[in-house]
Amino acid sequence: MSKIESPNHSFYDFKNKDNYEYKIKKGLSKEIVEEISKRKNEPQWLLDIRLKALEIYDKLELPIWGPDLSELDIDDISTYVKPKTDKKSTWEEVPEDIKSTFDKLGIPKAEHKYLAGVEAQYDSEVVYHSIKNEMQKHGVIYTDIDSAIKEYPELVKEYFSKCVPLTEHKFIALHYAVFSGGSFVYVPKGVKLELRLQSYYRLNSPESGQFEHTLIIVEEGASLHFIEGCSAPKYSKVNLHAGCVELFVKDDAYLRYSTIENWSKNMFNLNTKKAILEKGAKVDWISGSFGSRVSMLYPMSVLKGDNSSTEYTGISFAGQGQNIDTGFKVVHIGKNTSSNIVSKSISKDGGVATYRSLVAVLETAENAKCSVNCDGLMLDNISKSDTIPVNFIENSNIVFSHEAKVGKLSEEAIYYLTTRGLSEDDAKALLVRGFASPISKQLPLEYAVEMNRLINIELEEVKKND
Amino acid sequence: MEKLLEIKNIFANVDKKEILKGLNLVINKGETHVIMGPNGAGKSTLANVILNKPAYTKQSGKILFDDVDITDLRTDQIARQGIFMSFQQPVEIEGISFFDFVKTAKASIDGKPVSYFEFKDKFEALIEKLGISKEFENRDLNVGFSGGEKKKAEILQLLALEPKLAILDETDSGLDVDAIKIVSRGVEMFKNENNAVLIITHSSKMLENLKPDFVHILVDGKIVETAGAELVEKIEKYGYADYKSVNQITGDENE
Repeated sequence: MSKIESPNHSFYDFKNKDNYEYKIKKGLSKEIVEEISKRKNEPQWLLDIRLKALEIYDKLELPIWGPDLSELDIDDISTYVKPKTDKKSTWEEVPEDIKSTFDKLGIPKAEHKYLAGVEAQYDSEVVYHSIKNEMQKHGVIYTDIDSAIKEYPELVKEYFSKCVPLTEHKFIALHYAVFSGGSFVYVPKGVKLELRLQSYYRLNSPESGQFEHTLIIVEEGASLHFIEGCSAPKYSKVNLHAGCVELFVKDDAYLRYSTIENWSKNMFNLNTKKAILEKGAKVDWISGSFGSRVSMLYPMSVLKGDNSSTEYTGISFAGQGQNIDTGFKVVHIGKNTSSNIVSKSISKDGGVATYRSLVAVLETAENAKCSVNCDGLMLDNISKSDTIPVNFIENSNIVFSHEAKVGKLSEEAIYYLTTRGLSEDDAKALLVRGFASPISKQLPLEYAVEMNRLINIELEEVKKND
Repeated sequence: MEKLLEIKNIFANVDKKEILKGLNLVINKGETHVIMGPNGAGKSTLANVILNKPAYTKQSGKILFDDVDITDLRTDQIARQGIFMSFQQPVEIEGISFFDFVKTAKASIDGKPVSYFEFKDKFEALIEKLGISKEFENRDLNVGFSGGEKKKAEILQLLALEPKLAILDETDSGLDVDAIKIVSRGVEMFKNENNAVLIITHSSKMLENLKPDFVHILVDGKIVETAGAELVEKIEKYGYADYKSVNQITGDENE
């Protein structure tokens, strides 16, 4: 076992002065939406989408299920904050306070060592972007979404909002009305990227929202590993994250989409991610949800093409005052499609962790296979763990299995470990890390280390509160 | 003779039920002791009371180990003093490999980091010696191990952690021929003049290949007879029936 660094609570919590170039007034209105679009100098078709989304937002109701969102008031949120810099292509050009933020988060170091391309977003805009030359030589496009709209208008227009429609839910409508930043990736036919691309989102500005839009197209036979990370310092008032991820994965293409979210505990994280898979395509989701006051996050794979397959491996950690509602959605449409879902949640100090899933197997999905496995671990008697699966099965010629377990740390296991000299705290940490290991094993080493650090921070807080 | 463990008149409860009723025991360095007794006599309780397992509460008495009063120390502190207890049914721990675990335990016991390469060599020598297949090194601790493999894994930990006192809880494994072989070989490898072994068992079969210096009979929470290895034969022939009746009589008298 690698010896874990001593936990540092303030690791993600440092904040910079709210030193923006422009911060739009709080709330949501036609005027605000038009102002964002104007400042971005956008084409009319995009403004039309924004305005249509605003109309839809006004009509849609809040979800009647899931965590309480009553504390979230869009009138208290500024939806667009432009940092005091343009997009830079070297870290030296990035203003010092922003650069030091990403330094602390280890982004330039990781870029140097492991990554083929990096994008860093600060509040509403991308402040740093780079991609290795050889990527461009292969025709790979990796840029921020605003630049893509200008440089590849036809490509963006063909795909934008075609995977996640404006009407999906109220916060997606909000997202389309005010979205800003995010990544655009295009991997041409047959190009297999060995190195990963990573986008990192940092929300520094208080009482604001982050609404990045990520659009990824992986063409026939191509492959990509994309990683996103997110964090924010803690403020006393509510922040909102309502991003959108649209993934198009073509015939026999492969996409691995890894996320570690570590939002501060005043964040409402209402995020939407969806992939459409063509014939023989495969998408692996790896998802770590830490932090946030409330998370509602249910990545989705639409197995449209025959023989397409998807795996979801997710972990969430709900501590004091947190309600983490996560899970996975999969729709089997094509023949011989398969899905494999492994979800783990940990709750402590009164935190609520819910696994919520949707499995739909349509009549057309002859010979589909679906396996769901979810485990909830509660570290004390006041925390909650719940499993809410919804299954629609229209085809009888399929294999479907669902296993759910909810439990506590075993006293006997803790005792066993203490007889081998481990303190009770170390024993618990080891058991929790072990519980999480199916997920950390899926992550590249440096992210697994980060995840273990997050787990240790959370456990350290348990100790502190005891 | 240097005293290693001294148990002085221990009374202990489990779930408010009195299990140990004034137990005394002295183990010196270099000795092998065996505690035998019928089911329900308090054999496993004794091991867990020495290790101060939560839920086992001492009402009175003292336990001294290597001149340190360990009566009220926590389990992990007692382990770090140099007492190892092997489990009859070791717990399966997911997500940590056998090797990583033993290395972590070693660092905890020694109170200092363990050199990876040095420890790796030592670990691999041990798995070879014990006839554990090399693939177990990276398997999750005890997960999917057979009974015999679990036993070997416990013995490996004993040998790697090098405690001063090994307590082998073999309460129920008396009839498993493989287990008996593994344990007796392990004890053989472990024993030296500076450490000691305490084997807790129900059945005399456990002792065929072991030459204990002392055999104690534990009945109803007390040691009722102590003698040399010859006592094992007596138990083999007559069982515990005599002791039970004796104890019951004394028990009645006490009432």
